[in-house]
Amino acid sequence: MGTESNIKLLDENGLRLDGRNEMELRPIKIETNVLERADGSAFIEWGGNKIIVSVYGPREAYPKHTQDIDKAVIKARYNMAAFSVDERKRPGPDRRSVEISKVISEALSSAVMVEQFPRTQVDVFIEVIQADAGTRIAGLTAASVALAAAGIPMRDMVVGCTAGKVDGKIVLDLSKEEDNFGQADLPMAVLSRSGEVVLVQMDGDLSVEEFNHATDMILDATKRIAQIQRDALVARYSVETQGGE
Amino acid sequence: MPKDASGILSEIKKGYIINQLKNGKRGDGRSPEEFRKITIIPDYVKRAQGSAYVMLGDTKIIAGIKIEQGEPFPDTPNQGVLTTNVEMLPMAFPTFEPGPPNEDTIEIARVVDRGIREAKTVDLKKLVIEPGKKVWIVFIDIDVIDFDGNLIDACTLGALTALKTAVVKAEGMDEFKLPVDNLPISVTMVKIGNTLLCDPSVEEEQMAEARITVSTTEDGHIRAMQKGKVGSLSIDEIKNAISISLKVGSALRETYIR
Repeated sequence: MGTESNIKLLDENGLRLDGRNEMELRPIKIETNVLERADGSAFIEWGGNKIIVSVYGPREAYPKHTQDIDKAVIKARYNMAAFSVDERKRPGPDRRSVEISKVISEALSSAVMVEQFPRTQVDVFIEVIQADAGTRIAGLTAASVALAAAGIPMRDMVVGCTAGKVDGKIVLDLSKEEDNFGQADLPMAVLSRSGEVVLVQMDGDLSVEEFNHATDMILDATKRIAQIQRDALVARYSVETQGGE
Repeated sequence: MPKDASGILSEIKKGYIINQLKNGKRGDGRSPEEFRKITIIPDYVKRAQGSAYVMLGDTKIIAGIKIEQGEPFPDTPNQGVLTTNVEMLPMAFPTFEPGPPNEDTIEIARVVDRGIREAKTVDLKKLVIEPGKKVWIVFIDIDVIDFDGNLIDACTLGALTALKTAVVKAEGMDEFKLPVDNLPISVTMVKIGNTLLCDPSVEEEQMAEARITVSTTEDGHIRAMQKGKVGSLSIDEIKNAISISLKVGSALRETYIR
């Protein structure tokens, strides 16, 4: 956040560098079961983000001391490919990805009926192939679809979006430039039916009014994104029924 | 957070805490928004360039600042560097283990760092020695020596106090006070039942469904937020957490960070 620059992120009509208005999302496309081995998988393109998510499990939690006798443990691993960003990212987990993996695991745990599978773990591998701002939310949104595609019982879907502040104005779904040079970033994810918040992080500078405005925008956007999630699952699993019985 | 070594006792305590909450009281008699007793000893370690010993209830941490010369990051050639590291020492809790930082530790360090970074507490532009080549690197290192919950707030208070006392010095150079202003106060709350409890104890952290930290500055703005744990919060609960953080945070600022 807040790297100094002379870049103007909004033009005189209030339009953004990529021509979007403040309420507009980048194009989002989700496809399910793109991998053969995994129990479930999903591919999401969100603006310039390309992320593959695969799900394995529930399977016996290992090492054994990580088992929870009451419920399944959701283990998300968020990882960026070395070539996914401008400067090569050194492979392997760094502090940022460890934190993101943690908040994504926690967010998904609210949605999965973990109490049905004691002592097991569900692995959620999130691989960022191409990064373009908002990867944690795009990854989480796709992870929810991959879990559903794996047939894992869920009480709700997790769907997220970010909002932020650029040139003093609250806008939805930050682009890479807006993320780098903007004044605030607010990623948020909710359970799509209940609207309960399962992930929220924020950095930058927001007044309370700006925060309220940003969350209104996000909640509105998550409804649209939830529909894209549903469409992806329906496209894969709907069955044409022949007339008759 | 790790499970308490005394898991059976926790079950009994849990029932007690929930019962107490029905009467608007917490296990230790506090009200929901009340912090435990805070004691801060600035300048606790003379070898460090700035330091603080913080006791937040029975949680004890020591924060120390070291400032060294080094290279700036390529994307910020005209700025010094700030890093925050937390060590949850094995002495602090029965289930803490030695070794590289786990995800809990990393999260705490990053949330503390985020508040300080986003409030622009340390004026990194004033820490340039030779643009693009040589800058001051400010290391905030925090040792957790006794753990009774709410490390984020204890570590933030320690980091801020240590930064305020810090002096930049090196052989053959004029020493100066580390440029520090606009201090963020973090307030961490957990949700138990339908109540948000400030400054959770270790038992409250363990039994809570969700945790939220909101860091605010004196202008009433939010600088950093982080939700933790597997449970959810409603939008109204988050808005409530923000207003509690602003209220409680400004009292903490007046009392401890002036």
